[in-house]
Amino acid sequence: MREDLVSLERVSKTFTLHLREGTRLDVVEDVTFAVEAGECVVLGGPSGAGKSSLLKMIYGNYRCDAGAIRVRSADGEMVDVASASPREVMRLRRTTMGYVSQFLRVIPRVGAREVIAAEGREGGLDAARADTRARDLLALLNLPERLWDLPPATFSGGEQQRVNIARGLIAPRTVLLLDEPTASLDAANRAVVIELIREKREAGCALVGIFHDADVRDAVATRVVDVTRFKSRHAA
Amino acid sequence: MSAETTIETAGAPRGAADAATGYNFAYLDEQTKRMIRRAILKGIAIPGYQVPFASREMPMPYGWGTGGVQVTASVIGPDDVLKVIDQGSDDTTNAVSIRKFFARTAGVATTTHTAEATMIQTRHRIPEAPLREGQILVYQVPIPEPLRLLEPRETETRTLHALAEYGVMHVKLYEDIAQHGHIAKTYDYPVEVNGRYVMAPSPTPKFDNPKMEMSPALQLFGAGREQRIYAVPPYTRVRSLDFEDHPFTIQRFAEPCALCAATGVYLDEVVLDDRGGRMFVCSDSDHCEERRAAGHRGTMLAGAAGTENDHA
Amino acid sequence: MREGALLEARGLTKLYGPHVGCADVSFDLFPGEVLAIVGESGSGKSTLLSVLSTEMEPSDGAVSYRMRDGAVESLFDLDEARRRVLMRTDWGFIRQDAAQGLRMRVSAGGNVGERLMAVGQRHYGKIRASAEDWLARVEIDVARIDDKPTTFSGGMRQRLQIARNLVTHPRLVLMDEPTSGLDVSVQARLLDLIRGLVAELGLAVIIVTHDLAVARLLSHRIMVMRHGRVIETGLTDQVLDDPHEPYTQLLVSSVLAA
Repeated sequence: MREDLVSLERVSKTFTLHLREGTRLDVVEDVTFAVEAGECVVLGGPSGAGKSSLLKMIYGNYRCDAGAIRVRSADGEMVDVASASPREVMRLRRTTMGYVSQFLRVIPRVGAREVIAAEGREGGLDAARADTRARDLLALLNLPERLWDLPPATFSGGEQQRVNIARGLIAPRTVLLLDEPTASLDAANRAVVIELIREKREAGCALVGIFHDADVRDAVATRVVDVTRFKSRHAA
Repeated sequence: MSAETTIETAGAPRGAADAATGYNFAYLDEQTKRMIRRAILKGIAIPGYQVPFASREMPMPYGWGTGGVQVTASVIGPDDVLKVIDQGSDDTTNAVSIRKFFARTAGVATTTHTAEATMIQTRHRIPEAPLREGQILVYQVPIPEPLRLLEPRETETRTLHALAEYGVMHVKLYEDIAQHGHIAKTYDYPVEVNGRYVMAPSPTPKFDNPKMEMSPALQLFGAGREQRIYAVPPYTRVRSLDFEDHPFTIQRFAEPCALCAATGVYLDEVVLDDRGGRMFVCSDSDHCEERRAAGHRGTMLAGAAGTENDHA
Repeated sequence: MREGALLEARGLTKLYGPHVGCADVSFDLFPGEVLAIVGESGSGKSTLLSVLSTEMEPSDGAVSYRMRDGAVESLFDLDEARRRVLMRTDWGFIRQDAAQGLRMRVSAGGNVGERLMAVGQRHYGKIRASAEDWLARVEIDVARIDDKPTTFSGGMRQRLQIARNLVTHPRLVLMDEPTSGLDVSVQARLLDLIRGLVAELGLAVIIVTHDLAVARLLSHRIMVMRHGRVIETGLTDQVLDDPHEPYTQLLVSSVLAA
C-alpha cells in the first residue's frame, strides 16, 4: 500500500510583475507528482527551471495559481496547502513540514544552540530533549563547541549552513523540503548531511530536495523528478 | 489671645432683605441659594460626589473661602449660631472677617465655642471637641479633585470617578512609599466615602481624617473657584486610602500641649524667640482655652497654676 | 464567532465625513497569533487600530471578543465600565509615543504597578515585587525602579511600556509602531524582546507598522492596507515573498532585503 505524504496535482505558477508593465513569468505548469514515506525525491533541471519555487510552493511560501498541493498532516488528513488558511499552513509547518533553505535567516542576539533548540520545541520536543538534540546535531556537524552559544550572524557561510541544517532537521517532522543544504559544505560535512538525510528516510519521512552536487544527489535520491518537463508551454 | 466666651448677638435684624444694609439675608439672593441648596442636596444624596454649581462672585478674593461662604450662606438660618475657624483658630483675619460678614449680612449669633455652634465654617481643621447631631461643618476647599495632580484632564477624572477607577490614586501613595519609605502625604489625605467615591477632605491634616468617619454632624464642602460642592452625610463611612502593609496612621506628638497639657490633639509649633526656643500648642484654640478654663496647665504655664504633672 | 477565535472584526468602517478612514475591514484573530497591519501613512492602519482599541467608534461594523470566561461579547455593546476593565486587564496597548503610554511623572515601578492597583491589589510589597520582576523581564535594571521615565532612553521607555502592559497577563496586545523612531540597534533589541515575550506568553498581537522588516520578524499574518481598505492578506512570508497586488509589490520592492 502506497502512502503519499506529499502529492502535487496539476500545480501551476506564474509571477505577474506589476512594476514591469505586468510582465508575466511562467514558472511551472501542470506539475503532478507524489512522494511517499521513505522517499527522497530530488528535483532536477537547470537553474531557472522553477525547482526552488516549487519547494516554496509546497511550504506555502509562494502561492500557487492552480492545482492542489496536499500534505499529510500529523493527524493523517491530507491538507491542501494551496487553499488552506494561513492558520492551517502555520500548523502544518509546526507539526509536519520542515524547510531547509540555502540561507540562514535568524534572529540577532540568539545563540546557535538556542536557535536550533527553539525550533525543536516549536516542533513538539520538550525543552530537555530539544537541548540534547541540538547539542548532538552540532557535534555531529563538527561545529566547534566554542561557537555554540554565539549568535550565528557572525559565523562563516559553512558554519551558518550547518546551523541551518541542524535547525531544519531537529524536529520530528515527516515532510522535509531541502533547498541546496550542502552547497557550502566541505566533503566531511557533506557526508554527515547525507547520513542525516538517510536516517530521516529510514524513519519514514518524505523528502523533496534540490542538490546540485551530483555525489550528494546520487547518495540520497530515491527518484529524480525533472522539472523541465513541467515548464510552461507559454514560456519563451 | 482673648477668648470670646459669650455669644455675640449682632444688631442687624433677622429676616430677608434688610433695608438698612441693602443686602439680602446672608448676602446671596434667594435664587442663588436655591441653586446651591439643590447642589448640596445632590451632594448629600451621593456622598463624596463632586456636584458642579454656578459659583458667584463674593465680596472677597478666591482663596478666602468663597466656596465655603456660599455654602454657609445658602443653609444658614436666623436661629443658627455660627463659628468660623481658620487652621483651628477663631481669631485669624480670615476667620474674623467671615464671622463678621455673616453677623452683618444675616444678623446671626456667632460663637467661638464648638459646643455652642450649630454651624462651623472651617479652613483646614476639624474641631477637637466631638461634633454632635444637628451640627453642620462647612469646609473651604481650594482643590476639590483628589485626582487632579495625577490626571490633568477634567473629562478623564470625571470618568474615573464615574467608573470608580481609583488605581491612579494608589499610584500616588505608592510613589510616596517608594520615595520616602512611608506615605508622606500629611494633609488633604484622600478618603473613600461610603465605599464609593474618593474625595479630597480639603487641606486638613490627616490627623483629622478619623473624625470624619461616622460623624454625627453633616459635613459640606465648597470650592468657589473650582465651582464644586460635595458632602458627607451624618454617620457615613469615611476610610483613608492605604496599603495592607502600609496602613493609614495619624500624626503623633511626642509632647502634650505646652499651654493646656492636652494629648491626642493636633499641635502647632510656635517659635518663641530667635534662639531656637519653641513650644507645641493646640491648633484648636477654643479647645485649648476651654481646657485651661477647666484648670489644665501645660509646661509653659507651670508658674501660673499647677501643671498637669502636679495633677498626676 | 469561529471556534477558538479570540477576536473577530467584521465590516469595520470609519468615515470622517466624506473621507474614508478605513472601510469594510474583516478578520479573525486566534490566541497566540500575531497579525501585522502594514501600509504607508494615510493607509488607514492607525484608524483601524483606534477602532479596534475602542478609542473610536466605527461608523459601521462590529468587533467580537471572547472574554476570559469564554463568553463572546460585542465590544461596542459593552458598557464603558466593562470595556475599560477589559482594556486594562485582558488587553494591552503599546504606543509609538511612550509619553502617551506611560505616566512620565511617575516612577518606573509606579508605572508598572498601576494596573495591579487598578484591579484592586493593595499590598505595597507585592506590587513592588511584581514591578521588579517585570522590569527584569524587559531588561531594565531593577535599580532604576524609582526613576521616572523622563530619565530613560527611548528604548527603555518602550520596554517600560511593555512591562506596564503585560503585568496583568493580557491575552491581546495592540502595538502602534512600537519601534519607530529608535536607533537600529535599539530597535533590534526591542524586537527580540517583544518576539520572546509574545512566544513565551502566547500573546495575540495586532501590530501596526510601516516597516516590513518588523512585520516579517514578529508576525504570522499580514494585512496590507491602502486608501483605508485591505488590499492583500495572508501568511506574512507568503505576502512578502510572493506579493500579488501591484501596491504590495511596490512596497516590498521599495525596501532593502528584509
